[in-house]
Amino acid sequence: MNTQSNGVPESFESHAITPASLSQTRPLYWSIRREIWENHSIYVAPLAIAAVYLLGFAVSVIWLPHNMREVWMPHTMREMAAAHNVTDSLIGLAMPYAHAAMLVGLVAFLVGIFYSLDALHGERRDRSILFWKSLPVSDLTTVLSKAAIPLVVLPLIVFALSVILQQIMRLLSLSVLVMNGGSAATLWARLPLSEMELVTLYGTAVIVLWHAPIYCWFMLVSGWARRAVFLWAVVPLLAIAAIENIAFHTSFLGSMLLGRLVGFSEAAFDLKDKNGVPIDSHFIPLTQLAPGRFLSSPGLWLGLLVAAALLAAAVRQRRYREPL
Amino acid sequence: MKVIEARGLHKAFGTTVALDGIDLGVEEGRILGLVGPNGAGKTTALDAILGLTQYQGELKVLGRDPWSERDQLMRDVCFISDVAVLPRWMRVSQALDYVAGVHPRFDRAKAEAFLTKTDIKRSSKIRELSKGMVTQLHLALVMAIDARLLVLDEPTLGLDILYRKQFYDSLLNDYFDRSRTIVVTTHQVEDVQNVITDLMLINRGRIVLNCSMEDFESRYVEVTVHPEHVAAARALKPIHERQMLGRSILLFDGVDRKQLAALGDVHTPSIADLFVALMGNPAGQAQGAAR
Repeated sequence: MNTQSNGVPESFESHAITPASLSQTRPLYWSIRREIWENHSIYVAPLAIAAVYLLGFAVSVIWLPHNMREVWMPHTMREMAAAHNVTDSLIGLAMPYAHAAMLVGLVAFLVGIFYSLDALHGERRDRSILFWKSLPVSDLTTVLSKAAIPLVVLPLIVFALSVILQQIMRLLSLSVLVMNGGSAATLWARLPLSEMELVTLYGTAVIVLWHAPIYCWFMLVSGWARRAVFLWAVVPLLAIAAIENIAFHTSFLGSMLLGRLVGFSEAAFDLKDKNGVPIDSHFIPLTQLAPGRFLSSPGLWLGLLVAAALLAAAVRQRRYREPL
Repeated sequence: MKVIEARGLHKAFGTTVALDGIDLGVEEGRILGLVGPNGAGKTTALDAILGLTQYQGELKVLGRDPWSERDQLMRDVCFISDVAVLPRWMRVSQALDYVAGVHPRFDRAKAEAFLTKTDIKRSSKIRELSKGMVTQLHLALVMAIDARLLVLDEPTLGLDILYRKQFYDSLLNDYFDRSRTIVVTTHQVEDVQNVITDLMLINRGRIVLNCSMEDFESRYVEVTVHPEHVAAARALKPIHERQMLGRSILLFDGVDRKQLAALGDVHTPSIADLFVALMGNPAGQAQGAAR
């Protein structure tokens, strides 16, 4: 941070620049750490759901040797009959791995929502805002550090945890197969885990960019509302959507809100293969990703623009905020 | 060099005027006690100085505009606004880590040294500490920051006399020097009478009295008047009179001490007595303000 400023008397100025000056990112880094200290759920909730899922998978994996024989043994009658659709059986195999990533992602989304609803409210409720404001950390840094939790930290946790979880699941499956004298090589060869991980990375990035205005809106309201942040954040929007629907028989706002929630899949993925057949969302091959279309979709940029505006408003608003 | 300089500082909340055009100049190396009844505008004045609230009029703190440059200003200014604003979920070690992380002038060793003199454990959460310990921790953090100006808004409210005494002793012995400036507001005026170098009484958003403690001691005299001299004493126009144990105690402003000594027992009034005299007495207010 630059301590130089016009009109600052010399005697103060000379004193102000003597200590080792901190880099601009240091307060941001420590503020993000502070948020994680305060909100354990940022990592505990995804870890807990991953652990529970892993437990369930460990139990289910007992049936794997049986299922593998059903599905993959080329000489079984069933396989001969079902061989016309290899993708189906691949999906059956990939499904638990896809579910793992989806579940972790869903929990992280919920954590992000609840975090954002409390982000600028909690510090006013417990009066600690007076302590934070007594330190040389700008409102911009504070708001950015809070926004970084749902926009950066949680997506990183989702991706890292999904990868780790999927690797453990595969290891578990392989061990069970080997112990039962089954073909571990088939699973190893058939399960497209690296491809799935790349899709998870892409999907996580796409979803967080698409959802950015939701988190930012909730943060802005959390800094504004005196109580019942969730209601203030949600009910007015629903009310306007309902009024629009009743008065004009249109649902422009309603479909816009729904699009903001789930519209990313249409914008970022080709959900039909080249023959026009809808693909199964449990296994999306790399060929079905549409980064070009996503990056050129107005929905993405409009959303990011709104998110930036909401954050700017939250920064400005925090200057005026006092304990509740 | 003025550390705080305000001219015509004005702030209103709706129709309620919290600061009614205050002029203020605090020199470096002073300890200013800001005293006034509830709702007098003390906290509003401090909030303006700390960049926590908007105001009208001119205000410079260490040469900066507090409202627009709060984060820069906080490198050189520390404050304890009210007791127990430290986040309750935080551990003591995390509080040290965080302040060390964001504050360029924080000397962690100094804070640690102060904490070893207390019963505060590094691994404790702040919610587990007593109110007195939270204040000690806050003081440890603040005293380890090499700041030019320290602002204390009711820092010892609700603490017992031991903690209060320790608080001001630490402040004077381990922190204060002539290059630092302290502004403190408190209702426990007896605690700060021997701590502050300057006194400012404020009421209804206006300064009622602004003087150094040397001036205070030479200017105000309280006399426990001998019953036979009461009429003579009253003739010297005391600004306040009260009865205690059947004796009249009269407070004088700017009357010669030797002259008063002939009328009874002479002593320096407490700030609290002067406070009552000036605040409870509209005529007295006018007299004080006129100075």
